[in-house]
Amino acid sequence: MTDDIHALPQDIVEYIDRCLAGPHGESYLIPVLQQVQNRFGYLPRPLMDEVAHRMRIPTAKVTGVATFYHFFSFTPRGKHRVTVCMGTACFVRGAGKILDRLKDLLGVAEGETTADGLFTLESARCLGTCALAPVVVVDDALHGNVTTGDLEKILKPYGFKGKGETG
Amino acid sequence: MSGRKMIELEIDGVRAEAAPGMTIMQAADAIGIRIPRLCYHPDLSILGACRICIVSVEGMKNPVASCSYPAAAGMKVRTSSPELRRLRRDIVELILDNHPRDCQTCERDGNCELQNLAYSLGVRERYFEGERKRYPRDTSSCAVIRDPEKCILCGRCVRVCEEVQGVTNLSQQHRGFSNVVAPAFDDPMADSVCIQCGQCVNVCPTAAFTERRSTDEILDALENPGLHVVVQTAPSIRAAVGEGFGFVPGTPTTGKMVTALRMMGFDGVFDTNFTADLTIVEEATEFLKRLETGERLPLITSCSPGWISFMERFYPELIPNASSCKSPMSMMSTLMKTYYAGQKNLDPEKIYTVAVMPCTAKKFEAERKEHRAPWGAPYTDAVMTTREFIWMAKCLGVDYAGLPDGTFDSPLGESSGAGAIFGATGGVMEAALRTAYEKVTGAACPDLNFTMVRGVEGVKTATVNLQGTEIRVGVSNGLNNAKTLLDKVARGEETFHIIEIMACPGGCVGGGGQPYPPGGTYVLSPELTRLRAQALYSIDADMALRTSHENPSIRALYESFLGEPGGRRAHELLHTHYEPKEPRGIR
Repeated sequence: MTDDIHALPQDIVEYIDRCLAGPHGESYLIPVLQQVQNRFGYLPRPLMDEVAHRMRIPTAKVTGVATFYHFFSFTPRGKHRVTVCMGTACFVRGAGKILDRLKDLLGVAEGETTADGLFTLESARCLGTCALAPVVVVDDALHGNVTTGDLEKILKPYGFKGKGETG
Repeated sequence: MSGRKMIELEIDGVRAEAAPGMTIMQAADAIGIRIPRLCYHPDLSILGACRICIVSVEGMKNPVASCSYPAAAGMKVRTSSPELRRLRRDIVELILDNHPRDCQTCERDGNCELQNLAYSLGVRERYFEGERKRYPRDTSSCAVIRDPEKCILCGRCVRVCEEVQGVTNLSQQHRGFSNVVAPAFDDPMADSVCIQCGQCVNVCPTAAFTERRSTDEILDALENPGLHVVVQTAPSIRAAVGEGFGFVPGTPTTGKMVTALRMMGFDGVFDTNFTADLTIVEEATEFLKRLETGERLPLITSCSPGWISFMERFYPELIPNASSCKSPMSMMSTLMKTYYAGQKNLDPEKIYTVAVMPCTAKKFEAERKEHRAPWGAPYTDAVMTTREFIWMAKCLGVDYAGLPDGTFDSPLGESSGAGAIFGATGGVMEAALRTAYEKVTGAACPDLNFTMVRGVEGVKTATVNLQGTEIRVGVSNGLNNAKTLLDKVARGEETFHIIEIMACPGGCVGGGGQPYPPGGTYVLSPELTRLRAQALYSIDADMALRTSHENPSIRALYESFLGEPGGRRAHELLHTHYEPKEPRGIR
């Protein structure tokens, strides 16, 4: 699915053209990269090259900006993002064990994606819902007061088939 | 500056004056107070990255970086105090703690700015111990080696690559402890838009960028009894090599250089100035042909391999305009393995050709597939920079300063003053004009000094009248200046008949392989390149023979071997071609 991403979608091309038509067009690099990342889940290399050429920003500078921010990723993310809050409240209520259990279930380390491309496991620093600690977020759905025993049930609707059957 | 009121301030109790906009560091320099510095470079933008140059200003809570802080009226500055010395010392030690402890075996041992600074700031003990960054050396390029573990993130290479060369191959990638200077995508140098000019090597205070050394293979060749090892020396190196042996910049040491090479064991010592003359004859022929037909004008010179790489990546549409002439180095190597081999009755495959060049990109040129002999070997077997030559002479115990003057071997050693000035920006143009004048007008050129194309300014333009034929010429050095010139042509604001482009600031005298300048001076300094250029112009002025086409050895070469200038044999041996290269640069 990711190998055929070789050209920027038309709407992002048009967005770049609009940015460049105004003053300081090159200062829109981050919003442009955000659009690419939001569309594809990561920054495919051919598109970074295309952004650089279209915005006339040397490629080394584009990757310099992209590698500075943790938000941007150069490798494809899974279809679903599983985020464990590691903020103080969640941490004291066992988020570490939750994260360990998820690593075990999915067979990946933090920041990695399962081989079937279904899940990417990440951690976050406080999501601001401390009353529900510990918290796990799958895509946009928040699950509060999670225990290690809940995890398989939480992942099931997203296609999780059980430990060892993925990844 | 005139009419603008000078600012008065006090530095270490001494009254100082500064023009508006001047920094504290500049004001201190003017009164002989040299504030320690590291990332600062006078010919690059101000970054303020290293904080070595901190000073205290009365009334301000924290020290400020004097390289970037503007001088202000009434300011009271202290450049030295126990507190400032301790802070500077600690900053340097923190840099050292994230740096390999291999000074004794390092390429820059003895001329490393970090090493010198640590010594001068009194870092005699180590108080800190921390994690050290670990990166593999990037040895992918045939010319420029990148060693990120030695990088102190001063950003000079990033600045020179962008601000002087307009290449912007290097940028700081990643963040915090992982911050590293690298090409886009952390790609190896060989797969990047790098044009191998070596200016990053020139400005690097440590050994994070160095040239790929060729000295070992050259020393091996010299020991091989089955090889006939010959060497050629570029026009510009004779103006700079003396700096490595204590001569003041601008002292030409041609005769000593020749003697040194002979002592080092080379079987023949030849002069690239000879093929500089040959280049002029070929290029003038090519130019006049194009002038006649009006096709592919402006003609753009092709001697600078950094420029050729730049053109192939950044201006591929100009490839038809570039002269098809090989560079003087490649012409010489080709003749060594053809003409010279025939004359000496040598098997060309047993001739090992070495070129001493002011240039890292020449290493790349030597490896180009276009410059291979029909039997597969490169015409140029090895290229060493001026720096490598200096090292090798010292390694072999050559007492350079005391050497008697030697002379180049014949017939590839005789040259005109026109060949000598190739090493300075505008020199190729001047040499070409001397010959073109005669070819166009049929008369001898009344004044051989085309001073309008001399000087280290980044861009020079002139109209030269060849008895009725007006020739519009453009000259640039430093590729950002080339961009300025070429973009004006592209926009139709300027038209030229012929353009000389040299990749490096000042031309080859400021090449990426030239000696590291003595402490306190900087390699891009126009003053340094001006002095080196002056040495070349003085060689030219002292010569009786000052036009390339009148060089008797060149004439003999055409008569006995090459045939006509621009003819079939000349084309086969002395001309080349270029092609667009990926990744394409962004300009």
